[in-house]
Amino acid sequence: MMRPMQRKDTAKTLFDKIWDSHAIETRADGSSLLFVDRHLVHDATSQAFDMIEDVGLTIRRPDLTLGTADHYASTGGPIDDNDAERVAITNRLVERGRRADFTTYGIGDKRQGIVHVIGPELGFTLPGTVLVCGDSHTASHGALGALAFGIGASEIAHVLATQTLWQRRPRQMRITIDGFLKQGVTAKDLVLQVIRHIGAAGGTGFAIEYTGRVVRDLSIEERLTVCNMSIEAGARFGMVEPDDVTFDYLEGRPMAPSGVLWHQAVEAWRSLKSDENAVFDKEITIDGCKIEPTVTWGTSPEQAVTISERIPDPASEGDPLRRKAMQAALSYMGLQPGTPVQEIAIDRVFIGSCTNSRIEDLRAAASIAKGRKAQVPTIVVPGSGQVKAQAEAEGLDRIFTSAGFEWRRPGCSMCVAMNGDLVPPGKRCASTSNRNFAGRQGVGARTHLVSPPMAAAAAITGRLTDIRTLDSTG
Amino acid sequence: MQPFHRHHGVLVPLLATNIDTDQIIPARFIHRPRNAGYGDQLFHDLRYDGSSAARSGFVLNQSGYRNGSILVAGLNFGCGSSREHAVWALLDYGFRAVIAPSFGDIFFNNALNNGLLTIVADDVLHEALALAARSKTGATVEVDLVDRTVVLDSRQSFAFDIDDHRQQALLEGASEIEMTLKALDRIRTFEVSHFDDKPWAAPK
Repeated sequence: MMRPMQRKDTAKTLFDKIWDSHAIETRADGSSLLFVDRHLVHDATSQAFDMIEDVGLTIRRPDLTLGTADHYASTGGPIDDNDAERVAITNRLVERGRRADFTTYGIGDKRQGIVHVIGPELGFTLPGTVLVCGDSHTASHGALGALAFGIGASEIAHVLATQTLWQRRPRQMRITIDGFLKQGVTAKDLVLQVIRHIGAAGGTGFAIEYTGRVVRDLSIEERLTVCNMSIEAGARFGMVEPDDVTFDYLEGRPMAPSGVLWHQAVEAWRSLKSDENAVFDKEITIDGCKIEPTVTWGTSPEQAVTISERIPDPASEGDPLRRKAMQAALSYMGLQPGTPVQEIAIDRVFIGSCTNSRIEDLRAAASIAKGRKAQVPTIVVPGSGQVKAQAEAEGLDRIFTSAGFEWRRPGCSMCVAMNGDLVPPGKRCASTSNRNFAGRQGVGARTHLVSPPMAAAAAITGRLTDIRTLDSTG
Repeated sequence: MQPFHRHHGVLVPLLATNIDTDQIIPARFIHRPRNAGYGDQLFHDLRYDGSSAARSGFVLNQSGYRNGSILVAGLNFGCGSSREHAVWALLDYGFRAVIAPSFGDIFFNNALNNGLLTIVADDVLHEALALAARSKTGATVEVDLVDRTVVLDSRQSFAFDIDDHRQQALLEGASEIEMTLKALDRIRTFEVSHFDDKPWAAPK
């Protein structure tokens, strides 16, 4: 689709360094056969396993493959009394792992959780590696300086059978976010503004490197939130140069290297940065100081406004295609142009998903929920068994349940409406997930994407709320 | 995969921007085995209302378009989720080609890996097809992968671009896995030196 960039100079980007060190061979068209260091699998890609089994092939490197049940995981109700079909699907993955000798975490295992939460958490995800997964949010792992991207079932089958993948080299975009984030502004607001700025197709054909002072100041969990939503701007890849924040995060994690290997790794990882004179195909600069708490109003993540704005009017949009998309989105969302965002009442709140279900997200939501009461049904779904245990050790679960929020078991939950958790038709949900697509959270469901504290604030007031004004109104 | 040489069929317009893979096939349907087929679930929530009645306004519920096999779509078609089921649903319904100004990157690869030809249209081609498809039902298109042309109503011919390797793979219906496995020795050699260089990347 995009012509590969031919570089004459020797300066390399972070992306180039990892790509080049994994290219087994490169074709004239610029496609390379990449070696895959890490392959994450989950319960919604059974057809890919069937594809290789049907032709008598086996998994070539089960030791580089890690599985977890997430998409079909039931997060509520008795653990042993759930929808039989979903239980069968998650069990089938565990059974495949056992047969093919790759590690898989099934329901009830403490290490089970959303694939993009457990990879970093276990140290399975490492800087400088190529990591793939049959899920579009795989760019998340780029937060640790991995070259990570989402793939389809045929590509999963190719990786299972060969531990490699043919890929066209994407073009490269650098997004520099300078300045600082103001009080009450989160990594979620940052990435929603990035998507608003470049558009839902702005990153199509590109790999994104996020840099600048704001990004350097982010924790790993915050960087995961940013990289996670790269695909909502069209980019399969989103990454951040690994630094001491990365190394501190990874040290001691169960699957990360240890001892002498750890020191060798850190030494190697320190060279993983874009050379000073490296050339990007596109450069975007965003002033972090200007970012405000953000909420989506439409059915594409690019349709976002700040919490203090009003719902935009299609009549003032010059581009006819965009105008039409706006009209369709407003109709689906049941919204009128000109409505102040903070007057929009909501019916449900979802705190979770691979974007925002880590411990820092839950702490941020709990700090808002503490001592207050939910006005609408609210669920909190930790991203993994380990996040759940940590939250419970910190007493966050009790803060949530005292506020009337439901505390659930780990899984993809209400982000994707294929596991029993969904928003009823016509209902409006403030959600910390990544997609506000029509029907994404359930048939006819209306989604507003927000940060974890904004979601908790919406639960408390029953409407979209500026987190910074909560003290006076709450 | 299914080879693609030439295909002649009725053009179906679905021109909205950002038709994501959740709209092409909702997540709640994707657990079927591949051989059970997904054609009945294509665009499910656009095609059917809450009581499973056909929505008369949706293009595939209109008589002239129902048997269409070439989709002319809008910007960023197939964005969102990586589910290959979106491609399978289109193929199982009977589509052989999708022509759009731009595609989601993952969908684009998935399509070509299954023999669903995705053509990135320039403005001239896209506008001509969109106009023809909307103005009359039964506009037909011949897509010729050998010549890399799209011919509208046997009159207007347009060239399109595709890289040589992709074209060849589609013409042959080649299995990429089989081809890669022929290079297994090279992969093994690479692998050994890769983990010698980066012992920390080896599985623990």
